[in-house]
Amino acid sequence: MSEKRNPILTLRNMQVHFPVKGKKAVVKAVDGIDLVVYEGETLGLVGESGCGKTTLGKATLQLIRPTGGEAIFEFADGPQDLRKMSNKELDKARKEMQIVFQDPQSSLNPSFTIFQSMSDPLKKFGVKSKEERRKIVGDLLEEVNMQREYMDRYPTEFSGGQRQRIGIARALLINPRLIVCDEAVSALDVSIQAQVLNLLNKLKEERGLTYIFISHDLSVIEYISDRVAVMYLGKIMEIADADALYQEAMHPYTKALLSAIPVADIDHHKKRILLEGDVPSPMNMPSGCRFHTRCSQCQQICKEKVPEMKTYTIGGREHMVACHFSDEAYRNMEQQ
Amino acid sequence: MSGESVISVKNLKTYFYSENRCNKAVNGVSFEIERGRTLCVVGESGCGKSVTASSIMQLLPKLSRIEEGEIVYHSETQGDIVLSKLKKNGKEMRSLRGKDIAMIFQDPMTALNPVYKVGWQIMENILQHEDVTKEEARKRTLDLLIQMGIPEPEKRIDQYPHEYSGGMRQRAVIAMAMSCNPKVLLADEPTTALDVTIQAQIFELMESLKKEHNTAILLITHDMGVVSEMADDVIVMYMGNVIESGTAREVLKNPVHPYTRALLASIPILGKGKEQQIEPIRGMTPNPHNRPKGCQFEPRCDFSCDTCRESMPGEEILEGTHMVRCHCWREVPRE
Repeated sequence: MSEKRNPILTLRNMQVHFPVKGKKAVVKAVDGIDLVVYEGETLGLVGESGCGKTTLGKATLQLIRPTGGEAIFEFADGPQDLRKMSNKELDKARKEMQIVFQDPQSSLNPSFTIFQSMSDPLKKFGVKSKEERRKIVGDLLEEVNMQREYMDRYPTEFSGGQRQRIGIARALLINPRLIVCDEAVSALDVSIQAQVLNLLNKLKEERGLTYIFISHDLSVIEYISDRVAVMYLGKIMEIADADALYQEAMHPYTKALLSAIPVADIDHHKKRILLEGDVPSPMNMPSGCRFHTRCSQCQQICKEKVPEMKTYTIGGREHMVACHFSDEAYRNMEQQ
Repeated sequence: MSGESVISVKNLKTYFYSENRCNKAVNGVSFEIERGRTLCVVGESGCGKSVTASSIMQLLPKLSRIEEGEIVYHSETQGDIVLSKLKKNGKEMRSLRGKDIAMIFQDPMTALNPVYKVGWQIMENILQHEDVTKEEARKRTLDLLIQMGIPEPEKRIDQYPHEYSGGMRQRAVIAMAMSCNPKVLLADEPTTALDVTIQAQIFELMESLKKEHNTAILLITHDMGVVSEMADDVIVMYMGNVIESGTAREVLKNPVHPYTRALLASIPILGKGKEQQIEPIRGMTPNPHNRPKGCQFEPRCDFSCDTCRESMPGEEILEGTHMVRCHCWREVPRE
């Protein structure tokens, strides 16, 4: 992606803090995220459970209102901060952004037929006649490799993979430009997972979509993403082009994460970097670099100072890392 | 497979009965679990992986039973014991379950009782099977928690499951399974609910147990990555049958059955980037109440012939221990 890239969404210092009942503490689910999503790309968002991936996805769509920062979306008539828009004004944004949820079972109403589930958003956005709605829904079902007639069936009549494809079709109803896929393939069997991943790639090409693809599965993220952002405890640790990140990760957390994945190749022997213990509680964030409690390269400075996001240009591409020792990692890479 | 087997499963058939219908969940499965080796069972959901493990443990639900075949436990002290003939809740089965054969379940939250302290639950197993005092049992529990790498074990031993994180709960469940140094450990998707970094910790733990105690491990998984990392031997299951088996190298390096190959082709492999092609397996697993007549994989297979539609292929040994059940494996192009 060397040509000029137009940002579609810019997050600046985005924060989502949840108050805890009966206590003074706050859960800092998303704690100051700067992120640019470019038109036409797939941005992978990866991290362990509880790191705030899903919250970030929902906060982007304003399904959870962020408690701080800006979320600027490039509408056709110029950029606007989503956080400043009222719920009513957000209708305009909903037309541009949609979400595909993890669990296709619970995201479809079991007492509605597929057509009923899919027809409401169309009604809201001005498609009045029923024939027209049936045509749109039918066309979309065909686009996700399902039969038109399926629209009069109920969700229970479909398998997990089919339901997820319906979920995708529903997200496409009003021709959005940006789709957040929140663990869209995690609940599926491996053989079905491939089907949905390939479908997402096909749709992206045909419609020029932009995806934010949230997953904890690094192999899936690598397969589908152009750029990857690694999250840990509400902050982004590293962002780079997918191949750069997988070949030359700079952050110790990314390295550990990559080394922990079992690879389906029996001749592939690698050294596992074992991370001690669990992710700390987001209510009781470690001081300094939030990864320092589990980091093998932890030094005094890591305990005291929060590392800033630094940008390196490697082979003409941006590689951003938040680590006190990223300069060293960069030098090591240059020497090699 | 070489070495000394500790559990032999021969032609196991476990059927489920409901609404006057019969689901042949496990339909003629044979394999051996050997001392000091890890046997991985792979397959999609509903292929009978977990039912196989529950059959060995005699933990099958009420409406199911072992219809045919036998499961033999080769005990070092008591000789051969036919597990499938023992009463489910009889004295003999109860004295083996948790002591000689232990199991780790997928979801640690449902495997632990929420209203008892974790330490007590581990202790219970030791007290049940061994002639020790409460103090000794508590001390051993504490040692186990330390061995499992649970932080602050003195405090954690008296905490309830909800106070543990997911990874710690699973480690507590493993501690419980390991408390009487079992000869066989059945692990039913032990890390599916956990993050990769925690998964790596659990695997490290299982490997060290295998080395130190020469434990035989049956590891159920659907993740081919886990198989290549952990397995010595592999069996691939589809619709209640073993369709391919052998050592990990034989099966993963040289997969022969179209299903194994399709399964391997459907997962993205780390490090291969966006260039790789992944191919979904077409169609769906058939309804267990309405199975294909011949080979169970025939409707989804690219290489099927008329024979496949008529009869289920028998077992064929390729070389060494590599077994495949496919009529047409010779026609499948090799790379």
